Amino acid sequence: MTLVAATPHEKGVNRARTAGDTIMWLVCGLALAALVLPIIWIIGQVIARAIPHFRWSFLTQPTIGNGGGLSQAVLGTLVLMAMVGVIAGVTGVGAGIYLAEYARRRSAILLRGATEVLAGVPSIIVGYVGFTALAIGLKWKFSIWAAAIALTAIVIPYIAKTTELALRGVPGSFREGAEALGMRDILILRRISLRAASSGIITGLIMALAISVGETAPLLYTAFWSVHNPTFGLHNSPVGYLTYPIWTFYNYPVKSATYLATESAFFLVILVGALIIASRLVSRRLSRYMPLGQG
Amino acid sequence: MTTVFAPELEKAPGSNGSPGRPFHMLSLRVARLWGACADRAVPWVTGVFAVVPIAVLVAITVVLFHEALPAIRINGIGFLTRSRWDVGSGYGIPIKVHGVEMAPHTSYGAWPLILGTLESSALALVIAVPISVGAAIIVVEKLPPRLSRWAGICLEVLVGIPSVIYGLWGILTLGPFLSKHLAGIADHVPDVPVLRFFRGPTYGAEGLLVSGVVLGIMIIPIIASTSRDLIRQVPSSAKEGARALGMTDFEVVRKVIWPWTRSGIVGASVLGLGRALGETMAVAMTSGAVLGTTAHSIFSHMNTIAATIVSQLDSAFADGTGFEVKVLAELGLVLIVITLLCNFGAKLLLKRFGASAIAPAAMGN
Repeated sequence: MTLVAATPHEKGVNRARTAGDTIMWLVCGLALAALVLPIIWIIGQVIARAIPHFRWSFLTQPTIGNGGGLSQAVLGTLVLMAMVGVIAGVTGVGAGIYLAEYARRRSAILLRGATEVLAGVPSIIVGYVGFTALAIGLKWKFSIWAAAIALTAIVIPYIAKTTELALRGVPGSFREGAEALGMRDILILRRISLRAASSGIITGLIMALAISVGETAPLLYTAFWSVHNPTFGLHNSPVGYLTYPIWTFYNYPVKSATYLATESAFFLVILVGALIIASRLVSRRLSRYMPLGQG
Repeated sequence: MTTVFAPELEKAPGSNGSPGRPFHMLSLRVARLWGACADRAVPWVTGVFAVVPIAVLVAITVVLFHEALPAIRINGIGFLTRSRWDVGSGYGIPIKVHGVEMAPHTSYGAWPLILGTLESSALALVIAVPISVGAAIIVVEKLPPRLSRWAGICLEVLVGIPSVIYGLWGILTLGPFLSKHLAGIADHVPDVPVLRFFRGPTYGAEGLLVSGVVLGIMIIPIIASTSRDLIRQVPSSAKEGARALGMTDFEVVRKVIWPWTRSGIVGASVLGLGRALGETMAVAMTSGAVLGTTAHSIFSHMNTIAATIVSQLDSAFADGTGFEVKVLAELGLVLIVITLLCNFGAKLLLKRFGASAIAPAAMGN
């Protein structure tokens, strides 16, 4: 290719330039490795600490003091997840629909801004407010509803944002086609927009659930902890959940207590992993409603 | 695709839409009415949902302010600069200052906590930004789509791992690992002004360094996913043009991608910073949780605002006067102000790129 022979100086420069390439890709590769390595290390450690002491009775027995099993905590986490899924799901998806489809420019800026600000509020603040306002102020004491509301406040911005983005990704031609056929707004929303956006919405929803499952700070002072299966009373219904034993028992001098912590971590990792896999499968299945490579 | 374009027009709810049955005029009217109502109702109902975040935000602010007010009046502006944290004598007779009851000899100062919050988050950024940006570049520019999808899954996993598990790993695995391998180096760091901060006993598994590293790993997905999306936005014509001029990969990154994404990557970093500032559980488990002193080396035990609130709130209830609870609310206000300033900054920086200030780690691939 080179028409004029390169001088030795130019050769040196070119070698330096290709060396720059190699170094950059090496550094970037190391960065990627530094991103992946902690994941393997963390999850590997969780599994390595949990497996040797694993008994099935962790899943069938409730916690007794600082020993026993974790059945009520597993159940509590699943119940809280379901409650958050319904409450935050309906509210968040509703808010996302409004922001994407109906909001006028100025109100959209205000509502979207508030959603983003709420997303930035640290979870411990939500926990503190949930505690002082709901448990103390409204005299609910420790309550599963206070816990669900606190978690909802944390994941709503996330669900609303993913819903809004998914709906915005639906091509305008879909809507226009439906309108040309004379469909009502509500039917367009239900049969066209929401269906096409379903992949994004449901992925966001599942990831929000994964986040809510791993929360601790907002639950400590709203759900507190319980060794009994969850009850649904508004007042005085503390509930056990899987993140509590990790925070409370990890440094207990009793073996049975540290086992509770490590097994909880194990169950949480499995649960979060299952949710992530589910979100992947769902998004792959539902993305057929979207055109070429979107969704 | 066929499902989307199925020409499903209005069906009267009364009829089953089978071709043989004609619509009744009445049922058609009912259907029209119902449809019209639904068309009107949906914006209203979803609008109510859309107001929920604002309502929650207002409620949080009002409650926090209401709780904190007595503490703000008593502690004054000096709260931000004082260092002593003394919950006073719980057995003493409560005293009244300006109408607020508190235990005798209390003194609350937030300075070490503010500093600890900033220090640990700064350390987190130092760790997370190079890793995130480097990984984002290689994922967008070099990896085949299949592998880059896996990198996306890795980011989702990093988001999904609960913060207590990060804390558990930090305290049981990373802390001992770092203190074992760095102790030899840390003892030989020269005792001169700046380097002194990296010198000293490693104090076992807890401290600023461990918290910073754990926080750094936790904010990687926020910075990496935002950077990745920004780098993807760089128009390929610019990159192709640069290559046609004979630029190497490194030069393309330095002269095309970097100028294009710079301010956005700064914004992404600030967004990550905002998350690190408010992170609670992982820090509460790995910081060493001291109160009232600032870190004198990178290995020192320390504490942050968020970690203090979570670890002190239950003991605060031992304070019969309830004053410490109010002080924690004041701390919460300080934290929220710092975090929100960060997020607004990030939003301004990211505005040009149309990226959201809600970390979209799990969106797309």
